[in-house]
Amino acid sequence: MIQVQALTKKYARTIAVDQISFEVAKGQIVGFLGPNGAGKTTTMRMLTCFLPPSAGMATVAGFDVLEQPLEVKRRIGYLPETPPIYPEMETAEYLKFVGRLKGLSGADIPKRVDYACDRCAIGDVKNKLLGRLSKGYRQRVGLAQAIIHNPDVLILDEPTAGLDPKQINETRDLIKGLAGDHTIILSTHILPEVEQTCEQVIIINKGKLVATDTVRNLQARARDAESVLVGIAGHNQNLEAGIVQHKLEQVAGVSRVLTKGQENGSILFEVESQKGRFLRGDLARAVVESGWDLNELRPAAMSLEEIFLQLTGSEASPGTEHAGGKADPQ
Amino acid sequence: MRNSWIICRKELGSYFVSPVAYLLLTMFGLIFGFFFWNALGYFVIEGMQMQMRGQAFPMNANEQIIRPLLSNVSVVGLFFIPMITMRLFAEEKRTGTIELLATSPIRDLEIIVGKWLAALVLYSCLLLFTALNFGFLFRYGNPDWKPLAVGYLGLLLQAGALLALGTFISTLTRNQIIAGAATFGVCLLLWVLEWVSGYETSTWARVLAYMSVITHFESFARGVLDSKDVVFYLTVIFLGLFFTARSMESLRWRS
Repeated sequence: MIQVQALTKKYARTIAVDQISFEVAKGQIVGFLGPNGAGKTTTMRMLTCFLPPSAGMATVAGFDVLEQPLEVKRRIGYLPETPPIYPEMETAEYLKFVGRLKGLSGADIPKRVDYACDRCAIGDVKNKLLGRLSKGYRQRVGLAQAIIHNPDVLILDEPTAGLDPKQINETRDLIKGLAGDHTIILSTHILPEVEQTCEQVIIINKGKLVATDTVRNLQARARDAESVLVGIAGHNQNLEAGIVQHKLEQVAGVSRVLTKGQENGSILFEVESQKGRFLRGDLARAVVESGWDLNELRPAAMSLEEIFLQLTGSEASPGTEHAGGKADPQ
Repeated sequence: MRNSWIICRKELGSYFVSPVAYLLLTMFGLIFGFFFWNALGYFVIEGMQMQMRGQAFPMNANEQIIRPLLSNVSVVGLFFIPMITMRLFAEEKRTGTIELLATSPIRDLEIIVGKWLAALVLYSCLLLFTALNFGFLFRYGNPDWKPLAVGYLGLLLQAGALLALGTFISTLTRNQIIAGAATFGVCLLLWVLEWVSGYETSTWARVLAYMSVITHFESFARGVLDSKDVVFYLTVIFLGLFFTARSMESLRWRS
């Protein structure tokens, strides 16, 4: 449905998007992931024909964004970062206006407005001024606006930004419900969103494509780095964490051992090994041979968050956010 | 064309839903009412003096009331035009709704023409007030309607030209005040350019005077339809809208 090849956007001094290529199949939900300023919005703006690319090409439903922008625009529903609403208009009036703008004709308009209102649960604010609506409602009106002409492709720029947790869940469900009929690209810098809603992820950083894969594969790929959690307890004796750590480090292929703390009477260690080395057996043997109890041995599944940070090379560790949250009792 | 009409209707909606249109209409109605009252007062006094002196000099409502009043409207219009055009694009750029328009299956030119047309319709509504006053002349007197019609055509053409320039200036910024102030400056300058012809006769002075929007209105006020002036206004309209289109295009390349 969407094909992007070596798409590039240059500004006077900076390169916002650098040779990005990816493909999106029909009916998929794709998460467009990256830290702020990575070039997500710029890429989306190029796909929606708002910005012309400096180089490379992009086609939507077989139409080139530079050659046939009108055809592309007809097939795209776009929700920019801030919902493009006119505060002095009423919801239904606004949706009618957008419907006409997108090329719907007379009789279809009321039907489509009702459909979009229904789908996005904004029926109760149909006759309210948009300027008076809460952030959550505005966002949903923005979504309704994007689906009004039943486009093949939906491009949503941070659709859940600034919403409260309940609204975020509602919006996610709404987006999931829209998949199938529409091919959806949504950008976000919130990771759980991608894990929960998307089938495929495109990660970009500083304008460059870092990874493009399914969520499942990405998690699997990160697991390959072979980080194993080992829970060890002393058999009828007190266990010195330092000694165990030293012992584990001596297993061939281990690159790093971290003490993760106590859990259910055993001490947890995270053992990292070089890629491709399958060490669980060796570790188990080492532990048992030392006369300790092996209570737990499992691969440490990396959250998408860790993968993301690993791929984008961010310095902030994933733990800092949680630690900060815990320190604050409120 | 259909798309321009959609945009035009939306713009008119936002003029008339907000107080903008009513404020402009009220101010214009008051100002023009005052001009009309003055012009009529002079006309009546002059008429009585003529009678007392026994001169049978013909009094002419077209020449002595309508013509100066039309010139007044054309100058007063210069002050109202920035207020009409300043929000057209600046507001859309500020709130981000320009992204909605620019990603809809509609050409830039259709957006521009729609917005410009809405501005022209609002200006025509202002002119309706003058028609109300002139109506009294027709009720109690017998002026010729044809010069008046030509005068109105001139006013619309002149406003169309300045509105096109205002629309262009509105695309250059996201701040309405800046757009309004710049448009006002341009309107004022295009008005006073004509003054050089008072003391200079060099080619440059003639060119400058020719560029003044007021110079070209004089013939319309007299009720003369001069193709030279029509072409001048149409050219400015075309140029204004053309620059607007280029400016919108550059917006895409830069932003």
